[in-house]
Amino acid sequence: MIEVKNIIKSFDGRVVLNNISAIFEDGKTNLIIGRSGSGKTVLIKDIIGLIRPDSGEILYDGRDLISMSKKELNKLRREMGMLFQGSALFDSMTVLENVMFPLDMFSNASAAERRKRAQFCLDRVNLSDAEDLYPSEISGGMMKRAAIARAIALNPKYLFCDEPNSGLDPKTSLLIDDLIHDITVEYNMTTVINTHDMNSVMNIGDNIIFIREGVKEWQGNKEEVITSRNKALNDFIFASDLAKKVREVEEKESKHG
Amino acid sequence: MGEYVLLMKKSITFPDRWSMFFKQLIKEIYKLGVDSLWIVIIISAFIGTVIAIQISLNISSPLIPKFTIGYTTREIILLEFSSSIMCLILAGKVGSNIASEIGTMRVTEQIDAMEIMGVNSANFLILPKIIGMMVFIPVLVIFSMFIGILGGIAASYSTSTGMTPASFEFGLQFYFTQFYVWYSIIKSIVYAFLISSIASYFGYNVKGGALEVGKASTNAVVMSSIMILLADVILTHIMLT
Ligand SMILES: Nc1ncnc2c1ncn2[C@@H]1O[C@H](COP(=O)(O)OP(=O)(O)O)[C@@H](O)[C@H]1O
Ligand SMILES: [Mg+2]
Repeated sequence: MIEVKNIIKSFDGRVVLNNISAIFEDGKTNLIIGRSGSGKTVLIKDIIGLIRPDSGEILYDGRDLISMSKKELNKLRREMGMLFQGSALFDSMTVLENVMFPLDMFSNASAAERRKRAQFCLDRVNLSDAEDLYPSEISGGMMKRAAIARAIALNPKYLFCDEPNSGLDPKTSLLIDDLIHDITVEYNMTTVINTHDMNSVMNIGDNIIFIREGVKEWQGNKEEVITSRNKALNDFIFASDLAKKVREVEEKESKHG
Repeated sequence: MGEYVLLMKKSITFPDRWSMFFKQLIKEIYKLGVDSLWIVIIISAFIGTVIAIQISLNISSPLIPKFTIGYTTREIILLEFSSSIMCLILAGKVGSNIASEIGTMRVTEQIDAMEIMGVNSANFLILPKIIGMMVFIPVLVIFSMFIGILGGIAASYSTSTGMTPASFEFGLQFYFTQFYVWYSIIKSIVYAFLISSIASYFGYNVKGGALEVGKASTNAVVMSSIMILLADVILTHIMLT
């Protein structure tokens, strides 16, 4: 469980995160949703310690990241996996070398065991065929899967994903969402996902935090998100025509029934 | 300047994993050093030839002995060309390569990806480049000296310049000071550090996108060239006067 308390972050006097508090639970896909520029990436980078908030607490199962020493932080980081928006695969290494990298750096297992573990992770994301290809030689969806395999190589307790669907077609997006959700449940990880994709919200929104202009507007799950009366949330969710139509139909049905 | 010192402090520490460090080191020596061999050979051969021809054309007075041509060519190559001028050229090739590689890794979040794993990204990426360059640039410099002088000897076979191979070779051996070779090698080690660390600094601190990576690599080349020239003056003052 990750608990975020009263996070405030500003850049050059402009407040980007305004007093955000939230709880992200184990074995669940916790979504941070909101428009582009609402502060999702900044929040996730605060949580993982890539950016330091101006004030607030970030508790990993009770351990406060902000007051940690460099050494403690590095230890905690070995329990984290992160899927970056652009995958962030190392482009000078093959897919397999990418997945082996965290193992090579931190695992004390033998070379053969490290390789086996990396191959297992690649197999888990259905990417065994692409082992020897370089990131520039594979599609966006495959890059995301390779990045997931790398993120889970060290068996993390916490998984973070920044816009896992950006740049993917709807079908591939669903596959990636399902993969992240399955892995989360399988390994009982605390997964935090940034997204503005409504398909993801409806598909894997176990716990949803909606932020608008740096303020937490609403929290709930995928069932509650549709019936919510929060104006800003409604504007965000029903921004697409399809979503509007679905809602109209549902309202009609509930009147008739 | 303060940021540069901080980055170097972060980079120059013991690696997390020696095996990974050596793997990177070999990669860097190949990519930055061995791949620069051809450019060093071509430039040194041509410049060595041209220096010899120009000196012979300028020293036409019968009062100056012909072996002066070989002597002067050697001094120019050993003292200045093979170290300082060669490193200015390498600053362009290797410096822009380093800055754009690290800069691209920065803007595509590859560096963040390392940091989040708990890897000291500066140490992992920058230290092998610095050590690799400091090891291999002196090798390139020695290569350049040999090839440059061979270029000069080649020129001495041309009849139109008024040189003879015998007088040229006599000049090459005349008053040879071994220390000048060491002086050049020491200079090149300092330049190697300047090129790799300055280029890494510009790459590591890129903010933005591809455009900024391009700008950073240009700035890296300009800044490391200026620093090489400055270091040249200072080191010459310390070692030769
Ligand atoms: N390093 C930074 N320096 C200054 N402003 C930043 C920085 N990072 C993000 N911002 C600003 O913070 C706001 C939120 O950005 P971000 O978290 O990336 O939004 P998103 O919700 O799309 O991920 C944006 O207005 C952005 O310009
Ligand atoms: Mg974002």
